[in-house]
Amino acid sequence: MTITKTQDGDQLNIALEGRLDTMTSPELESELHASLDGVNQLTLDFSKLDYISSAGLRVLLSAHKALSGKGGMKVTHVNDIVQEVFDVTGFADILDIE
Amino acid sequence: MKEITLDATIENIAQVTAFIDEELENLNCSMKAMMQIDVAIDEIFGNIARYAYTPNIGKATVQLDFDAESRNVTITFIDQGIPHNPLNFAEPDVTLSAEERTVGGLGIFLVRKTMDDVRYSDENGMNHFSIIKKI
Repeated sequence: MTITKTQDGDQLNIALEGRLDTMTSPELESELHASLDGVNQLTLDFSKLDYISSAGLRVLLSAHKALSGKGGMKVTHVNDIVQEVFDVTGFADILDIE
Repeated sequence: MKEITLDATIENIAQVTAFIDEELENLNCSMKAMMQIDVAIDEIFGNIARYAYTPNIGKATVQLDFDAESRNVTITFIDQGIPHNPLNFAEPDVTLSAEERTVGGLGIFLVRKTMDDVRYSDENGMNHFSIIKKI
């Protein structure tokens, strides 16, 4: 998985490419851990993300919670496979998906 | 039938996925079904790697069977770790708010929802867990 960060003031954009699974989720988790200080709004760009497993959902949930008292977290450009995972697990009701 | 046997470790999920994907490509599997199966491999082999032999490392075998008539593929994960039927997990409550949410049990729940069938059996002390998907 490739993680590309773009920061604009207190807005952070993270684009993911590849697979967000058991192997790669810890990479995103530590990247978020290192980057979220001072961030008000987080956008996760999934346009090049192939799929997500429950290991990735766990990281998304904790990021969502971390941003919930602030400007929030958005997930954008979700493909059919990822959307299905969000729908089935109820994450579609929790996350702000554009 | 095709099969691969290797150490049940998190690092080896990628090798299992590559092995299965190559077979699925040869069978002209749809991209969507392949991605759903890849997620299922991550969940199931990941669980075996984390729990089956803790704190030791043991072997796992992954078998692929294909029925040309129905176009059903059956992928069976076999380990000799502690007896464990993932289907005994209570289904998670997927209607809870973010604050109340945990992701325990969510992986196997996802597998049940995206595969056409899932089966568990204890055969001579070995865990056999199969996923069936029409490709």
